[in-house]
Amino acid sequence: MRRSATTAKSLGALAFWVGVWALLAVLVNRPLLLPAPWAVAARLIRLSGTADFWHVTAVSLGRIMLGAALGVLAGVATAVATGRYRFLNTVLSPLLSVIRATPVASFILLALIWVGRDILPCLIVFLMVLPVVWGNVSVGVAATDRQLLEMARVYRLSRWQIAKRVYGPSVGPYLLSACHTSLGLAWKSGVAAEVLTMPALSIGRRLYESKLYMEMTDLFAWTVMVVTCSILLEKLFTALIRHLGRRRSMGGQGL
Amino acid sequence: MIRFEKVALFYGEKAVLQDMDLHIPPGAHVALTGPSGCGKTTVLSLTAGLLRPAAGEVRVRANKLAYAFQEHRLLPWRTAAENVNLVLGDTAATLPLARHWLDMMGIADGADLLPAELSGGMRQRVNLARALARDGDLLLLDEPLKELDPDRRGSVLSLLREHAAGRTVLLATHDREETDALAEKVLVYRDGRFLPL
Repeated sequence: MRRSATTAKSLGALAFWVGVWALLAVLVNRPLLLPAPWAVAARLIRLSGTADFWHVTAVSLGRIMLGAALGVLAGVATAVATGRYRFLNTVLSPLLSVIRATPVASFILLALIWVGRDILPCLIVFLMVLPVVWGNVSVGVAATDRQLLEMARVYRLSRWQIAKRVYGPSVGPYLLSACHTSLGLAWKSGVAAEVLTMPALSIGRRLYESKLYMEMTDLFAWTVMVVTCSILLEKLFTALIRHLGRRRSMGGQGL
Repeated sequence: MIRFEKVALFYGEKAVLQDMDLHIPPGAHVALTGPSGCGKTTVLSLTAGLLRPAAGEVRVRANKLAYAFQEHRLLPWRTAAENVNLVLGDTAATLPLARHWLDMMGIADGADLLPAELSGGMRQRVNLARALARDGDLLLLDEPLKELDPDRRGSVLSLLREHAAGRTVLLATHDREETDALAEKVLVYRDGRFLPL
């Protein structure tokens, strides 16, 4: 009941903003500057009827998710390593601070010289996700209860058991929070990287070409697709976490 | 066997232990008593290898160590049975044995509850069940009856006494009832050392 009320409120807010957009489009009355929502919707429906649209979306999604997944893995590995070895933390901390502070555009332009344009968005996403995951997981590792770790030592639990039974549940919420933040960041930075590098099959290239040929309706349609993908990914991730949480509480032992 | 030779330990500037010698032969049951903060838990932590002495040497010869901590130290995301099962190999096959130990401690009903859902006394009994389930030849007990209801103390104490037979036991406590029931020898804290009563 409460969930359907929340959904109704969200849809109401969305309808309000689409209404504002429609009103502005009517007032401006220049489709080259601001196409109307119904024109964008019609274009989106037409585009989604083509195989190219889905092919491009799938390739972009795959490329960006690959970069994000590698960023998460590397972030976790770096956090574990820097938590374990203090000298590594000293060595890597400045590097990660630099990566965190450097504008995405600088990375894209620099990396364009070093790697191919097809790989670059993946690399950019990797570089954006890694420090977020590293930072969050490091906090989680540091926040792990020392007394529980001592208990694990006394009872001679294996490293794997300590990782699974002590660190895992303790660091898990920090990792999930990092993944949640990274998802939106990955998608946005990935598409931005595609716009600047223009791999043949990419949403970024379609966005750039729409702007180049003044196809504003196409530009809006692709943007709607990007926003929709981002929202769907976030919902999917939330559902997955909820499902895992439910399985965990039902499974108990989780052997 | 536990042997401390000229052991010293400091917390910051404060000396907790100084020139402490201790010898507990295999199978002996020894209690450490003294005021709060005198270093009873510190001796247990040194024995368990959780602390290193600033000076001197600690030697412990034991195949398996079991430690009933003062602060329970239960994994908050695992049920009581799963916490006990952790020291039994953590498999589905060993779970009935974990439940058996909880049953022995009189908390079979709480086996599937998380530590946060248990009272302080119940958590302490899970902590004790975990230590006994470990089946160690060296048993460290830090205030084992603390937080237990008066009507539970007798049964838990007799279970501990029964389990302690044939094992080396080092007990830290203020409680006379515990020392009488579990220890053959009592060491009292005096001037930075634990000396025979």
